[in-house]
Amino acid sequence: MKILVCISHVPDTTSKINFTDNDSQFDTSGVQFVINPNDEFGLTRAMWFKEKQGASVDVVTVGGAEVEPTLRKALAIGADTAIRVDTPAVDGYQVAKQLSAVVKDGGYDLVIAGRESIDYNGGMVPGMVAAMTGASFVNTCISLEIEGDTATAIREIDGGKETSTATLPLVIGGQKGLVEESDLRIPNMRGIMMARKKPLNVVPATDASSETNTVSFSKPEPKGAVTLVEADNLDKLIDLLHNEAKAI
Amino acid sequence: MSVLVYTESENGSFKKTAYEVASYAKGVADMMGTDVAAISFNANDAGDLGTYGVNRLHNVSDSKLDKFNAAAYANAIAQAAKAEGAKVVVISSSADSRYLGSLVSVHLEAGYVSNVTELPSSTDPFTVKRTVFTNKAFSNTAITTDVKLVGLSKNAYGLKENATECAVQSFEPSLNDNDFSVTVQSVDKATDKVTIADAEVVVSAGRGMKGPENWGMIEELADVLGAATACSKPVSDLGWRPHGEHVGQTGKPVASNLYIAIGISGAIQHLAGINSSKVKVVINTDPEAPFFKAADYGVVGDAFEVVPALIDKLKAFKAANA
Ligand SMILES: Cc1cc2nc3c(=O)[nH]c(=O)nc-3n(C[C@H](O)[C@H](O)[C@H](O)COP(=O)(O)OP(=O)(O)OC[C@H]3O[C@@H](n4cnc5c(N)ncnc54)[C@H](O)[C@@H]3O)c2cc1C
Ligand SMILES: Nc1ncnc2c1ncn2[C@@H]1O[C@H](COP(=O)(O)O)[C@@H](O)[C@H]1O
Repeated sequence: MKILVCISHVPDTTSKINFTDNDSQFDTSGVQFVINPNDEFGLTRAMWFKEKQGASVDVVTVGGAEVEPTLRKALAIGADTAIRVDTPAVDGYQVAKQLSAVVKDGGYDLVIAGRESIDYNGGMVPGMVAAMTGASFVNTCISLEIEGDTATAIREIDGGKETSTATLPLVIGGQKGLVEESDLRIPNMRGIMMARKKPLNVVPATDASSETNTVSFSKPEPKGAVTLVEADNLDKLIDLLHNEAKAI
Repeated sequence: MSVLVYTESENGSFKKTAYEVASYAKGVADMMGTDVAAISFNANDAGDLGTYGVNRLHNVSDSKLDKFNAAAYANAIAQAAKAEGAKVVVISSSADSRYLGSLVSVHLEAGYVSNVTELPSSTDPFTVKRTVFTNKAFSNTAITTDVKLVGLSKNAYGLKENATECAVQSFEPSLNDNDFSVTVQSVDKATDKVTIADAEVVVSAGRGMKGPENWGMIEELADVLGAATACSKPVSDLGWRPHGEHVGQTGKPVASNLYIAIGISGAIQHLAGINSSKVKVVINTDPEAPFFKAADYGVVGDAFEVVPALIDKLKAFKAANA
C-alpha cells in the first residue's frame, strides 16, 4: 500500500497571533512552527500501517523552503520520503490542486490529510483532493482500518459516530482518535539522524490559480472585565445570567 | 441568478441551523437583488423555510439518500445550483455540511470560504469576514470565481424572519456509481442527549473535577439547564470522558449562547475553541486561573460546593419561572 500524508506547517498552538503590512500578512516573527496536530495523528496512523501491514509512507507539504524543518520532523518520526511542492500556499483550492498532482503522479492508495489546519481552519483541502482525483472521501475520521482494497472508517458526526466502508483509493480528513494522544511519537536521536539521509524532493508547482484572496486581517475586540460573584451568593449569578446576559 | 441554500433535515424535519442558513441566504439575496432557493433531501414539506425568506424548495426524495452521503448530496447540490443558475451557494458549519462543502466547491468551480460570520461587506468583489487561527482573528476574504460557496459559522447570524410563500418542487439529480463509493454501515448516536453542536448551553468540566466518578454533578447541572456536556482535552485523554466531548483548538468548537467552565484552567488552546460562545461563566478555586480573563461571569470557589448549590438554586429558579 502506498500512503501519502499531507502535512500542513502551522504556528504552534500557543502562538500569539499578530499581523503586519497594514494587517495584510501574518506576523511570523517569534512564531514556532509545528506539524498541524490533526496531521500528526494521521502520520502516526500511517506509521502503524507501515509497521503492522506493510506500507510505504510519503509526506508532502506545499510551501516555501521554510517548511522543510517540519518535513524533516515527519521523516524523523518515520516517513520514508518527503516531498515539498515549491510554491507558497495561497488558498485551499490552490493547495489541493498541487497535492492532487502529487497524488496522481505517485499513484497513492491512501491519502491522509487533517480535518483542518489550525491556522486558516479551512477544512477544505482533503475533500477537494478527493474530488479532484476521483477518490473516495471520509471526513472527521477517528478510526481507520484497511483490508485489501476496502477501508472501514469511523467518522465523528454531531453527537455521535458513523461507521462506513469505502473502496480505495481513499482520502481522509483525520483527527484525534485515529491514534491516541499517548501514541504520538517524539522523534528520537536515531530517527533524527536517519531523517538527514532520507530524500526530501523539491518538486515544481503545477500551474494553478487560486479562487480566494485575503484582503485584510483583524483581531476581536478586547473583552470587558469579568464580573465576579461570591460563592455563597449564587442567586446573584442566576439573576445576572437571566436578566443581564439573557442566557437562561 | 438566485442564492441556493442547503437546508439540513433529520427524519424529514428541518434543523434549526437550516433556518439560520436560510436567513443568511435571504440577506445575501437582498444585497444582490435576487431570491432564495433551497435544496433538501427527503424533507416532509417546506417546514418554516418560507418564514425565513425561502421562495422555493427543491426536495430530493430518494430512499438511497436516507442516510447522509457526502458525495451524492454534493453532486445533487451542485446540479441544483446549476439548474438555478445560482451565483452564491450557502451551507452551514455542521459536520455534514463541512464534509460536503469542498466536494460542492470542486463540482461548481466555486471559491469556498468557511467559518463566515457576517453578511458580505461587498458583493462585487464578493468579500466575507471569516474566523481564522481558531477564533483568535478574522480575515476579510474575497472570492474571485463566478460562483461562490459560503460556509456560515453557527450562531453567528441568528434567525431573521422574512415571511414569504415557499413552493415545494421535487428535484431529481442524476447520480452515478462514484457517488456511492462510501457506504454508511451504522450510525451510533445518543438520541436522548443534546449535542454540543446543537446546544444552546454547554456545561464543561476539566481536570479540577479530580476523577470521572465526580461527573454526576456535571451531568445533573447540564440536565437542569437542558445543556450538552463537554470537557477539556486532558479529561478525554485520560479517558474520564469520551473524545467527542473534548472542546478546544484540537477538539470541537463550541458556539453556544452560554458556556459554563468548571475546574478548567483556561489554557489558550481551550479558549480558542470556545471564543464564539456568547456568555462564558467560570467556576474555579484559583482566582489567578487564566479563564477569569476570558469569562463574563466568574465564581471563585470549590466546584464540589458551588456546583451542587447551583443545581439547587437553578431548580428553584426553573420552578419559579416555569
Ligand atoms: C498542541 C496542543 C493542543 C491542545 N489542544 C487543547 C484543546 O483543544 N482543548 C483543551 O482543553 N486543551 C488543549 N490543550 C491542553 C491545554 O494546554 C491544557 O493543558 C488543558 O486545557 C488543561 O485542562 P484543564 O483546564 O482541565 O486542567 P488543568 O490545567 O489541570 O486545570 C485544572 C483547573 O481546575 C481548577 N481546580 C482544581 N480543583 C478545583 C475545584 N475543586 N473546584 C474548582 N476548580 C478546581 C484548578 O485551579 C485549575 O485551574 C492542548 C495542548 C497542546 C500542547
Ligand atoms: N500547504 C499544505 N501542504 C500540504 N498539506 C496541506 C497544506 N494545507 C493543508 N493541507 C492538508 O489539508 C488539511 C486540511 O487543511 P485546510 O483545508 O487548510 O484546513 C491539513 O490538515 C493538511 O493535511
